[in-house]
Amino acid sequence: MDSVTQLQGQLVDYTTSLFNEGYLNDQYTQLQQLQDESNPDFVVEVVSLFFEDSERLLNELDRALDQQSLDFRRVDSHVHQLKGSSSSIGAQRVQNVCIVFRNFCEAQNVEGCLQCLQQVRHEYSLVKNKLETLFKLEQKLLAARGSIPTQ
Amino acid sequence: MRRYRIVLAVDDSLVDRKLIEKLLTNFSCKVTTAENGQRALEILGLGDGQHNSKKNDLKVNLIITDYCMPGMTGYELLKKIKESPTMKEIPVVIVSSENIPTRINKCLEEGAQEFMLKPLKQSDVKKLSCHIMKVNKSCKGRPFMGR
Repeated sequence: MDSVTQLQGQLVDYTTSLFNEGYLNDQYTQLQQLQDESNPDFVVEVVSLFFEDSERLLNELDRALDQQSLDFRRVDSHVHQLKGSSSSIGAQRVQNVCIVFRNFCEAQNVEGCLQCLQQVRHEYSLVKNKLETLFKLEQKLLAARGSIPTQ
Repeated sequence: MRRYRIVLAVDDSLVDRKLIEKLLTNFSCKVTTAENGQRALEILGLGDGQHNSKKNDLKVNLIITDYCMPGMTGYELLKKIKESPTMKEIPVVIVSSENIPTRINKCLEEGAQEFMLKPLKQSDVKKLSCHIMKVNKSCKGRPFMGR
């Protein structure tokens, strides 16, 4: 087995595991299908925007939940945005925590919100890690393919 | 001759703007994005203090707007567009992450062409191409793959 085949296998296995473990859903596949020669880095670009956006929102949530008098609507607004962007890239587990989080906001449950913030941070860092690993594998594969003269 | 659809996409989410832009571009649309309703109105030449016919106003075939946006909601934007004698014929599609029947009905009653749920997919955009082409010709049996 040459390295291209090995890497291809690794990539398929890794990607499959991400779907099986619920980190990603069909929306991620949509992104992959949209990528083409005119925009070969589309997936990485959208996901990078998601990372930036999420980090901003998580910081806002830290701030909002640190207030003496909690403004649940403000918290909910940030969670709504995070839910939206995670849904748009197919980050299922992050999206799921956001749904629970919004319920706690509606119920004005501080403890629940604090727990959800912890959970969403955790899920976010997990999926970020997984996606970065996935992109690295893709790059390795591209590089391995590129070093073969005829393809 | 291939006819390009010029679409104005309005959404406060950077991720969603990027996604809708690619979805539409893959279907041969030319896309302009705006991050809020006010900006969208300015692009259309309907902003405060703007006169209706300026040379560099964008001539769009379709407007797609998110419902939940800070400042002006997609519904409020829809109303402003439908109130405009020059813009009211442009189809407006509302997209939302929330499936709320009263919201949907409200938008459709106000004249929205379509209401779609996020996250948007290729199949959603395919549905829309049909709507735009209906203006001039039937889209029956017409395989529509952008590119």
